Amino acid sequence: MSLLKVNDLKVHFPIRGGFFKRVVDYVRATDGISFEIEPGETYGLVGESGCGKTTTGRAVIGLNHVTSGEILFEGKDIAKLRGKEKRLHTRDIQMIFQDPYSSLNSRKRVLDIVAEPLRNFERLSPDEELSRVQALVERVGLNPEAVYRYPHQFSGGQRQRIGIARALTLNPKLIIADEPVSALDVSVQAQVLNFMQDIQKEFNLSYLFISHDLGVVQHLCDRIGIMYRGRLVEEGLAEDIYENPQHIYTKRLISAIPEMDPAKRLEKTHLRQAIDEEYYAGYEQSFDENGRLFDLKKISDSHSVSTP
Amino acid sequence: MGNTVLEIENLRTSFSIGEKYYPAVDDVSLKVHENEVLAIVGESGCGKSALALSIIGLHEQRTTRLEGQVNFKGQNLLKLSRKRLNKIRGKEMGMIFQDPMTALNPLAAIGAQIEEPMKYHLKLSAADMKKRTLELLRRVGIKNENRIYSQYPHELSGGMRQRVVIAIALACDPVLLLADEPTTALDVTIQAQIMDLMKELQAQMKTGIILITHDLGVVAEMADKVAVMYAGQIVELAEVNELFNHPMHPYTRSLLNSIPSNMPNKDKLHVIQGIVPTLQKLERTGCRFAPRIPWIPASEHEENPIIHEVKPNHFVRCTCYKNFHFEEGELGEDDHVLT
Repeated sequence: MSLLKVNDLKVHFPIRGGFFKRVVDYVRATDGISFEIEPGETYGLVGESGCGKTTTGRAVIGLNHVTSGEILFEGKDIAKLRGKEKRLHTRDIQMIFQDPYSSLNSRKRVLDIVAEPLRNFERLSPDEELSRVQALVERVGLNPEAVYRYPHQFSGGQRQRIGIARALTLNPKLIIADEPVSALDVSVQAQVLNFMQDIQKEFNLSYLFISHDLGVVQHLCDRIGIMYRGRLVEEGLAEDIYENPQHIYTKRLISAIPEMDPAKRLEKTHLRQAIDEEYYAGYEQSFDENGRLFDLKKISDSHSVSTP
Repeated sequence: MGNTVLEIENLRTSFSIGEKYYPAVDDVSLKVHENEVLAIVGESGCGKSALALSIIGLHEQRTTRLEGQVNFKGQNLLKLSRKRLNKIRGKEMGMIFQDPMTALNPLAAIGAQIEEPMKYHLKLSAADMKKRTLELLRRVGIKNENRIYSQYPHELSGGMRQRVVIAIALACDPVLLLADEPTTALDVTIQAQIMDLMKELQAQMKTGIILITHDLGVVAEMADKVAVMYAGQIVELAEVNELFNHPMHPYTRSLLNSIPSNMPNKDKLHVIQGIVPTLQKLERTGCRFAPRIPWIPASEHEENPIIHEVKPNHFVRCTCYKNFHFEEGELGEDDHVLT
C-alpha cells in the first residue's frame, strides 16, 4: 500500500466581485491531480510559478481547503477528517519551507522553535524535552549549545537545517519540502540536499519535493510529476522524464536547463528554438474543449502523459 | 577581440561599519572588451554586486570609500562628479537589474519609461523617440509593440517586464552593459528566453557586457570570459571553455562539484566546509580560501597571494591550486556556530 495516495484532488479559490461580492468564478489552482508516494520514496512535483504545485503540497498537509477529491494517507482519507482525528494524522506529515529567514520565528530560541511540535503533541518534562531537542539539533550538524541561540545568529544553511530539525521532531513519515533550497547558494544547497538524503535513509522518510529547479529534482527524486495550469502533464520515473520526455511542455522545461558545457551552447539555443516553435504551434491541441489539459494516459508501467 | 571598453585597476570598495572601513571588493583588476561578455560569478557576499555598483557609482557615498581606477573612455569614473557621471550612466553605460518589478516604475507607461533616458541624453523629437522606442521593443522580442507602448508594468508578465528593462538599458546604444543577476528572479523557461535574447542582441551589437551571477549554468551559456570571486577578490580568471574544462582554483573546483546537474546520479554533492566569513571577520592576510580547505597544509599557500598567469589568459590566485585535492572519505559536516 502506498503511503500517500492523492485522488483527483481539486483546490479552487473563489473570485469574488460584482454585487454583494458574490462568487463570480474560481481560480482552479489544483484541478484534478492524482499521484502516489511509496514509503521511502522521493516524489518531485515540478512546474513554473503559478502552476499549483505549492497549493497541492499545502492541501496535502491541510493548510489549504480541499474542494474535492481524496487524500489517502495510509489508507485513510485525511481530507475529510476534522478536529482531534485530523490532528493525530497530521503529526505524521511535516513541512520544510522555502525561505529559512521567514519560516523561523525570530523572537524564539532554537529550543522553543524545535520543541514546538513536541509541546503540541507530547507531554514531556523540560529535561526530557531539552535532551530530545539537543539530540535532534546535533543530528542536523549543529552544536547542542545552539539551542539557546536565536535564528539570526545562524547562516542560511544552518537555519534551513533548524527548519529540518523542527520537521523531524515527531518522527514523521512524510515530509513536504516546498522549494527547500531555492533561497540558498549552491554550496549551501549541496549541504542541505546531502543532509536530506542522509536523514531519508536514517528515518525511512518519504518526501514530496516541490521545486522549479530541474537540476535539483533530477539529483534527488525517484519519481517526478510535471505540473502545468493545475494539472499533471507528465509523470514517471526520473529516467522516463529526463531521457524520454513525451509532452511538449516537459521537453520545453528540460531544454530550459542551462547547458553546463560552454562548447554546446549554440546547439542548445537551436534546440530551444525548435522546441519553442513546436510548443506554440501545438499549444491549442494540449487542451480539451473546456480548456483543461487532458487526463494522463499510461504509455509504460511507470510513465504517463497527458494526451487526448 | 575589439577595443577595451572598461579597465578596472586595483579597485577597492570599502564600507564603513562602526568606526572602521572594511573592503568588500579588494584589489580587483579587470578588462572588458567590445563585443565580449565578462561573467563575474560567486556566492552571496563575495562582493560581485558591490563591484558592479562601484563601476556605475550607485553606492551610498557617505559610507563607501573607493580606491583604484575605473577607466572608461579615457576618464577615471571614480573621480568624476555626480553631474559628469550622470552624462555617462544610462547613455554609454546601461544597467539591467535583477527584479524587473522593482526596477520599473509602476505608475509610468512602458513607452515613457523607455523614452526617459533618451529624453535626458539624446536630443530627439517626440516622434523620433517613439519610433526608436517601438523599434527597441521589437528588438527585445516584443511582437505587439504598439499596444505594449501604452501599457503599464503590472499588465505584463515577468519575462515581458525583463525585456522592457533590457530595452531601457539599450535605449541610448550603450557601449557597456551591466547585468546584475538578470535572470535570477525569472522562471526557468523565461530565463532560457532572456538568455537567448541577450546572446542574440550581443551578436548584433558591439556592446561589452558585464554579467553578474551566482548561477554557473548561466555563465556556461552566456559568458566569453569568467572571473570567479571569493571574499572580495578574484581567485580565477579565464576563457569560459578553459574555466569549465580545466578549473584550477580550489574554490572554482568545489563550486562546480556542488552543482546537482553536474552530478545527476544520486552521488553526494560536494560541500565546502565552513562558511563565507563576514566582512568584519575576514582574515585579510594569506589565502582567503585556506580556512575552507583545512586539509591542505599551510606551506601550499602563498603568504601574500597574488594572481599568477598559469597558462596564457588563465589567471589563478595563490599557489594552493598546484597540489589541491578534495578531502578523502566522508565530507565533514559543518558544525560551526556563528557567534
